[in-house]
Amino acid sequence: MSNTENFVKELADKYGRSRESLMPILQEIVDVQNYVNDEAMVNVARELDLSAAEVYGTASFYSFIETREMGEYIIRVCKTIVCDMKGKEAVLRAIEDTLKVKIGETTPDKKFTLLTTNCLGWCHKGPAMLINNEVFTELTPGKVVDIIESYMHK
Amino acid sequence: MESNKLSRVDYIFRPETNRLDLLKRVMSKDKDDFLLELIDSGLKGRGGAGFLTGLKWKLAKEAAGDKKYVICNADEGEPGTFKDREILDRVAGKVLTGMALCGYIVGADEGYIYLRAEYRFLSPKLNKMMAGINEELKSIGLNFKLGIRYGSGAYVCGEETALIESMEGKRGEPRNKPPFPVTEGYLGKPTVVNNVETFVNTVIIAEIGYHEYKKLGTDSSRGMKLFSISGDCSKEGIFELELGMSLADFVDEFGDGDTKAVQVGGASGFCVPRKKFKETIIGFEGIPTGGSMKIFNSSRSMYNVLHNYLDFFQEESCGQCTPCRVGCQQLYKGIMAVKRRERPATYLDELVKLAETMRFASKCGLGQSVGNAFVSIVENFREEIVY
Ligand SMILES: Cc1cc2nc3c(=O)[nH]c(=O)nc-3n(C[C@H](O)[C@H](O)[C@H](O)COP(=O)(O)O)c2cc1C
Ligand code: SF4
Repeated sequence: MSNTENFVKELADKYGRSRESLMPILQEIVDVQNYVNDEAMVNVARELDLSAAEVYGTASFYSFIETREMGEYIIRVCKTIVCDMKGKEAVLRAIEDTLKVKIGETTPDKKFTLLTTNCLGWCHKGPAMLINNEVFTELTPGKVVDIIESYMHK
Repeated sequence: MESNKLSRVDYIFRPETNRLDLLKRVMSKDKDDFLLELIDSGLKGRGGAGFLTGLKWKLAKEAAGDKKYVICNADEGEPGTFKDREILDRVAGKVLTGMALCGYIVGADEGYIYLRAEYRFLSPKLNKMMAGINEELKSIGLNFKLGIRYGSGAYVCGEETALIESMEGKRGEPRNKPPFPVTEGYLGKPTVVNNVETFVNTVIIAEIGYHEYKKLGTDSSRGMKLFSISGDCSKEGIFELELGMSLADFVDEFGDGDTKAVQVGGASGFCVPRKKFKETIIGFEGIPTGGSMKIFNSSRSMYNVLHNYLDFFQEESCGQCTPCRVGCQQLYKGIMAVKRRERPATYLDELVKLAETMRFASKCGLGQSVGNAFVSIVENFREEIVY
């Protein structure tokens, strides 16, 4: 058995094999591997006795379940109106300059992916962003560069 | 219409009193009596739609079914809303107590919090608390087990039937209603879906009594409400206020002195221009809100605001029905075309017609409410859209 096969089987043992288990399984794959690749989806489909198309259809619906390769750290900068008013553009530019990537891209070392996202629920402390599950608020270009650099050394 | 004076109150974040005493007290009374009190309290859902909570619980109690569920909607995706996060961060125990209370009344033995992915940082704390409370409930003989499920970044999953689809492991596409979740919800079983803040309110009512509760707010808008206030403000953050105040009083208190417009209710709510602040009441008799209040001063371009909202909707539309899927894209492209002079200003009138059509032709509340912001911004700030 391949690693993925084993991993998916363990998840199905843990969460169950009914349709309701699909989201928790996909979510844990994302937690561990940052995205769900084709091999994982095919294995999930087999374990849950669904068609691979069903699994892909579900996974691709959700913006936090990526189906293309992502970096180890996914940066999601809030682009909704109040964060925008408070200077999210400058924060984005600072991240782009530091990582030398554009929105949607992954660094060549596969460490970071830069994305934008809709309201994170921190408008009163904007601009805000997530790095994986961790929240950062009241960002400035200077502050965000420090944060990114601290992740570079992780 | 009479408005209330703006008044700050403090119920929601008050530390929880003895949970088990409260639950035991409710369990010693007749369930129907409790429901009557809940209905009489006038509490309406805090998630936006404003359905009478007591009535929802009554329908779920009366629904036939051996298995029932309680779901706490913690998807909080409406732009500008962040009060549910704060509740779950500071007084999650009250939310869980409210869910247990609901489970007891309607006869459900399982309850889930559906937490948006963006709030995953809360999950260690919530999981720990749930494990403790599950034991406590057992100790008083209340057969109810709490659990947690996560969203994965889809605004539409805040819509209760999309939320249920998502919990069932599917794409978060809203269902046709009826049937409503109270009769056919999660896994086809009767299900109560309530907002985080609504559950806290039910606990407050059980604590202070419906008589006391009714003294807060107005006839149509009972009780207190958390407001998530942001934008060009003198103070930002989460504030608990009695319902029913005028927007003018609100702006006096929270605006920066140069307020041009307030977006009440988030991207799916309404934009109110300065000239209408006095006559606008915040509550179910005026403009209801799930709590999002975004304040814009005269330095802001309302074109940018509208552009930002339409970008949001065209991304978050689930794409299941044509009026919303195509409508959102056309509105978004349409205002850009007018701005770039590729279309005449009168094209906005056609877009308004499209937005009006989306109100009744769309399948769920997402598509139905895109017209709220669109029409109110275009009507009040037309020059800013065109020039
Ligand atoms: C597009 C859309 C998004 C919604 N998002 C939320 C949400 O994030 N939280 C919420 O409580 N209700 C949300 N609702 C309302 C729910 O469908 C439902 O009415 C609510 O959870 C019921 O709880 P309540 O009666 O306690 O308000 C949303 C509705 C729509 C149409
Ligand atoms: S109105 Fe929009 S979000 Fe709702 S079902 Fe139709 S396409 Fe989906």
